[in-house]
Amino acid sequence: MTTVDTERTVTVTVNGVPRETTVPVRRLLSDALRHDLGLTGTHVGCEHGVCGSCTVLVDGDPVRSCLMLAVQVEGRSVTTVEGLARDDHRGGQVLHPVQEAFRECHALQCGFCTPGFLMTIAAGLDKRDPAAELTEEEVDDMVGGNLCRCTGYANITKAVHSAAAAMRDAR
Amino acid sequence: MTTKLFGEPVRRREDARLIVGKGRYLDDIGHNALAAAFVRSPHAHARITGIDVDGALDVEGLVAIYTYEDLTGPMAEPLPVLIPHPQLTAPRTGYPLANGEVNHVGEPIVMVVATDRYIAEDAAERILVSYEELPVIVGVDAARAAAHAVHEEIPDNVAARHHQQTGDVDPALAASPRTLSFTQYIERSACTPMEGKGVHAKWDADDRSLRVYSSTQASTSVRAAIAAKLGLSLEKVEVIAPDVGGGFGVKIVHPWPEELLVPLAAIALGQEVKWSEDRREHFTSSAHERQQRQEITVGYDDDGRITALDVHIWHDNGAYTPYGIIVPIVTATQLVGPYVIPVYRVVVESVYTNTVIVTPYRGAGRPQGCYAMERTMDRIADALDLDRAVVRERNLIQADQFPYDHHLTFQDGRPVIYDSGDYPGLLAKLRALVGWSEADALRNDAAARGKLLGIGMAMYVEGTGPGPYEGGHVQVLGSGKVLVATGLTSQGQGHETSFAQIVASELGVPIEDVEVTTGDTRRFPYAVGTFASRAAVMSGNAIALAARGVREKALRIAADVLEASPDDLEIDEGVVQVRGVPGSSIPLRTIAVLSNPLRYAFDEAAKQATQFAGPGDDSKPPVSPGDAPGLEHRDYYSPIRSTFASGAHAAIVEIDPATWEIDIVKYAVVHDCGNVVNPMIVEGQVHGGVAQGVAGALYERMAYDRDGQLQNASFMDFLMPYASEVPDIDIDHQSTPSPLNPLGIKGAGEAGVIPGTAAIASAIEDAVGRRIAAMPISPTELYDLVRNDDSELTEAYTRRSGTGAMA
Repeated sequence: MTTVDTERTVTVTVNGVPRETTVPVRRLLSDALRHDLGLTGTHVGCEHGVCGSCTVLVDGDPVRSCLMLAVQVEGRSVTTVEGLARDDHRGGQVLHPVQEAFRECHALQCGFCTPGFLMTIAAGLDKRDPAAELTEEEVDDMVGGNLCRCTGYANITKAVHSAAAAMRDAR
Repeated sequence: MTTKLFGEPVRRREDARLIVGKGRYLDDIGHNALAAAFVRSPHAHARITGIDVDGALDVEGLVAIYTYEDLTGPMAEPLPVLIPHPQLTAPRTGYPLANGEVNHVGEPIVMVVATDRYIAEDAAERILVSYEELPVIVGVDAARAAAHAVHEEIPDNVAARHHQQTGDVDPALAASPRTLSFTQYIERSACTPMEGKGVHAKWDADDRSLRVYSSTQASTSVRAAIAAKLGLSLEKVEVIAPDVGGGFGVKIVHPWPEELLVPLAAIALGQEVKWSEDRREHFTSSAHERQQRQEITVGYDDDGRITALDVHIWHDNGAYTPYGIIVPIVTATQLVGPYVIPVYRVVVESVYTNTVIVTPYRGAGRPQGCYAMERTMDRIADALDLDRAVVRERNLIQADQFPYDHHLTFQDGRPVIYDSGDYPGLLAKLRALVGWSEADALRNDAAARGKLLGIGMAMYVEGTGPGPYEGGHVQVLGSGKVLVATGLTSQGQGHETSFAQIVASELGVPIEDVEVTTGDTRRFPYAVGTFASRAAVMSGNAIALAARGVREKALRIAADVLEASPDDLEIDEGVVQVRGVPGSSIPLRTIAVLSNPLRYAFDEAAKQATQFAGPGDDSKPPVSPGDAPGLEHRDYYSPIRSTFASGAHAAIVEIDPATWEIDIVKYAVVHDCGNVVNPMIVEGQVHGGVAQGVAGALYERMAYDRDGQLQNASFMDFLMPYASEVPDIDIDHQSTPSPLNPLGIKGAGEAGVIPGTAAIASAIEDAVGRRIAAMPISPTELYDLVRNDDSELTEAYTRRSGTGAMA
């Protein structure tokens, strides 16, 4: 028999919770999140890093989880779309402003690319000074690297503006 | 009233789960399932001379390998020709796994099942298939020349000659004051939903029943196909479309080989099996659309009015014809657009090539038809030195000419009779919206900045909501919850919301109480599918009729209880009320309980319906003859024919003569889909359609080389637009309700994509003064065109140059 896999145990904080999983060394981070940890909110659209559907945050930065191996997140912190909303400490969740804005602005249709957009935009918005005027360059930067086949992007762009305004008002 | 939600931009209910990662797409189902992977042909045309699986057998985790030799009975026969047509004289379909010959790169040959996808792919790459290569046909011109045959027994490569005519075109052309002829091309693109196809199957060996999840646009028909192919009784098969990550047409085709093979393996192995298509598989093994060569001759008078139109199209249908000649028929019949065409003849020759099959992609033949007709309008205007909008205006069907019979037969086998519309209204709105009359000023302004500016427009009529039928089921539960089911599927169109709006409005209940299920054969087994902009028209109306049935029954029961006439009752916020008599009311949930006479009280509410709960009428049985227990109703909507939506688009492009980059600086849309259920959703559909229209005009094409290898089968190389490529869109609406259906709806799903190629070609031609006769067009191709001394100049360019108005 030929054994092509060797395995490693990976310890990683996912959405604030320490997790441990034993995976073949070649397992993509996207597959480990989806199939080993059961976090299927992260979607795989191309498996070559172009579409951005699989974007998650690794130590706060957007990363295409289909271009990263699960073993590479050893000891690091990963946030997926399931961890984007905050716990309200009363048994519910407070959506991130960009999640609210996506619903309000009809920025999703089939919803498959949505988690990738949400993570990328959330990272962009969370890092900026909410008081500063949102520039078109910033918006382009946040939406310009992900593919969506349904919306034509207009409402996604609108949602970024809407979320930024909400974050400014909530200061 | 708070419950009249029809027509309101209600926020989508499906979003609540989709924005928090709680959607349930195909690959989210069945974590413990075995995984399937496929060995697919690397050759476009070859005989299979051997399959050696020995190398795969020692891969740890391998479970099973299937080749054609393992298929028996109906599975060993070719896949069905889904839509037979008398003019499809030489249909061909593939086998679930290749039977000795492959006709395109990507055709499945071997299925491997293993403990996970990685291992399945390990095993697949160790399987050696040997081939004897055969000559390859790529493109309509090669197919037409027929130096080789795709299918040996069809030497001319012609699958079908689709022919329609409305009169004797030759004498009409001969009698025309003027004629012109031209040839043009349009290339292949594809649906490319963000989620590829996928199938999960689970066999219950004790119950001998099969549950299949498929990322499909037609779960009821997938169910029927699986039952037929695998020899199962229909009631032992259930098929569910879970959340589907986009379709755009490719998922209406069925049964895909994988939709049969994955269940076959699940039954044989007694374990769950799943296959999720990867992106390369989607490019080379699903479906494409749009390549045609169009030869057009038009007769017209000195005012630009068309007198006769003769169109001969060669349509590339790829290697097989599982979806029949629907795309050719749609092109042939929708080509005439919003215009009066006194005599029309169209022939579409549907030809085989050694490429992926061609089946509907959003628009489904309409963009090509629109391209043919609208570029004809541009040519007439150019020849006569007339404004392109004026030529269109002179040929339009007028608002008082409806119903307007084109004397053609549509894709549903029914006559092309336009039900309603206002095409001059569309054109007037479009001119205002885009600023048609200011184009010359803009052109001069751009010229001063060293840019070439052009404007173009295109109009279309879209047959939507074809039959044969859809159904709806509405049920009020004792809890007050209203369950709604329809058989057709959803791929992002927001059906859960718009159908809930219809029920809330029809029944007078809070939308929060309404739950909609689509695409689940357990809940509604009769359906056709989601395609051809038909879901709102078909299921929307069926659900409305079902809700009206429930309302009628509720009022009848309430009238008994309240001792009032049903005519005096109204329903609001889920409560039936005697109009003008406060306090005389009964909640629908109570009526639901009372509608089902009970012997056993399983909960507090149920007590009201038990046999000793109150005095009854001993002269009647508890359930009257002709009545049925439960506050529910099932109904169907079956249209006499399709309803015809319409619209007009205009584009202004600016071209940089240093780089020949084409920038769309303005894109205007006027849209008419009759009564609108949810304007937010309709605008979203338009946005997405326009993005695909722009994509097909400027960026996307399937780059096959002459060996039939798809050179750009990835998102790296296939230029699907990002946000940076999609222009801002200005939208104006018009509404001419359909007289054909109870809600007055016309379809909206595909509209946005239809006129993009035509309008943008027109704008580029206007900008550069060179005839644009092949789309899409890239900056490189545009550069080559303008540098080619043989490329044809437009008359307008020559005239403009003469007056010095052109830079």
